[in-house]
Amino acid sequence: MKKTMMGNYAASWGAQLARVQVIAAYPITPQTLIVEKLSDIVADGELDAKFIKVESEHSAMAACIGASATGARAYTATSAQGLALMHEMLHWAGLARLPIVMTNVNRAMAPGWSIWADQNDSLSQRDTGWMQIYASSAQEILDSTLIGYKVSEKVLLPTLISFDAFFLSHTMEVVDMPEIELIDKYLPPYKPDYKMDVNDPRSFGALTDEQYYYEFRYKMQKAMDEAVDIIKEAGKEYEKITGRAYGLVHPYRCEDADMILVTSGTIADTTNVAVDELRAEGKKVGNLRIRVIRPYPKKEILEVVKGVKKLAVIDRNISPGYSGIFSQELKSALYNEVDIPVRSYIAGLGGRDVKIEDIKDMANDALKNDAPNDLIWKGVKI
Amino acid sequence: MVIKFQNNDKPVIITGAKDMPPMAAALGSMLQNKTGSWRNVRPIIDYDKCIKCFICWKVCPEPAIKIVDELPVIDYDYCKGCLMCAEECPKDAIDFEKEGK
Repeated sequence: MKKTMMGNYAASWGAQLARVQVIAAYPITPQTLIVEKLSDIVADGELDAKFIKVESEHSAMAACIGASATGARAYTATSAQGLALMHEMLHWAGLARLPIVMTNVNRAMAPGWSIWADQNDSLSQRDTGWMQIYASSAQEILDSTLIGYKVSEKVLLPTLISFDAFFLSHTMEVVDMPEIELIDKYLPPYKPDYKMDVNDPRSFGALTDEQYYYEFRYKMQKAMDEAVDIIKEAGKEYEKITGRAYGLVHPYRCEDADMILVTSGTIADTTNVAVDELRAEGKKVGNLRIRVIRPYPKKEILEVVKGVKKLAVIDRNISPGYSGIFSQELKSALYNEVDIPVRSYIAGLGGRDVKIEDIKDMANDALKNDAPNDLIWKGVKI
Repeated sequence: MVIKFQNNDKPVIITGAKDMPPMAAALGSMLQNKTGSWRNVRPIIDYDKCIKCFICWKVCPEPAIKIVDELPVIDYDYCKGCLMCAEECPKDAIDFEKEGK
């Protein structure tokens, strides 16, 4: 069934279709609508779940951790400062290997107080052991929530699904809602091997000395490695029931490209349009959207870019003191493998619009200049 | 995949990551972790003074005080010697001596 909805509601209905059992949440713009809708859904009896109102995002994640440890399917949503407040609990969920799925609406970190799109909030949580998905449409938000649980419950790692504030969270798009019967088959109830159970008591997360801690880290890395193929399989299985395919990277017109733009989030969708216009001008340009950054799809990226003459990355984020984060990761993936010059652009921080013309400007600049460049500020007012 | 571990006397042999669960979850229970070896001082209950109020049983953080035949009994396998029982006993019925004496 097709419906017109905001990106935020696509997250709410994704959680409903996943039949989440526990939702613990604290409001924060631009995410609030997600959990507000879910609280309606639960109150109306349309979803058999416990909705827990908590006093902070730290508590929201703590409640999800407790719920997930007992074997319940747990969900929460947050944004920017809220995600930052969860930081300690994110490490906990990761190392406790709990398959929690969380939606994060990408919002710039304050100060200056901002509610607009930028990826520094979620990228600051890159090393917490969560798988990270960057969605570029409302449809993908809903679909990723379902695929997220499927993958998380298999590899026992939590999933963070991020998407741009307002450009997606509050923008109406047409979303195809899969039939619940199909989803029930795709995503059966979660049955953990290890759970908190009064009839089979165990201690969880207890003191772990240096004899064992190191091995838990190793096992987490192994799970991340395995997740690459499991994400692909889960995406293919999802395609069978819905017709929509999802991988770790989404290349657009890259096959014969001389130069590939590397993008993520809503900028990636705008870049597809820019690529069409550049192609019409006779410029052989492609767009590689990075959908999943943890686990990092190194092999999948190399397969797409290996024959290309040049790469240009557009980052809606920055690691202060170095450069854009997608750019750093891309360059580390290329090193020792292929020798392709990379030009790296920062754009759209704090929700500044990145228009088709802006993307074409960056592409033309990269086409003109052969020299690699770590940091080019697109449109900064100096 | 689940390693059921009911008999607490049986040692868990872990040679590496392959023998471990994905997360830091006890395979059996923490009963295997005999924390009594950490003890520096040993609390001793004087049953002549004991009025069976069980405050010691209630305050023991381990809990290493059990009720046996309606009397509080310290389980020295787990008692860490924090002496909270001695501190809280209303009849000063719990004395202590240095461990290894």
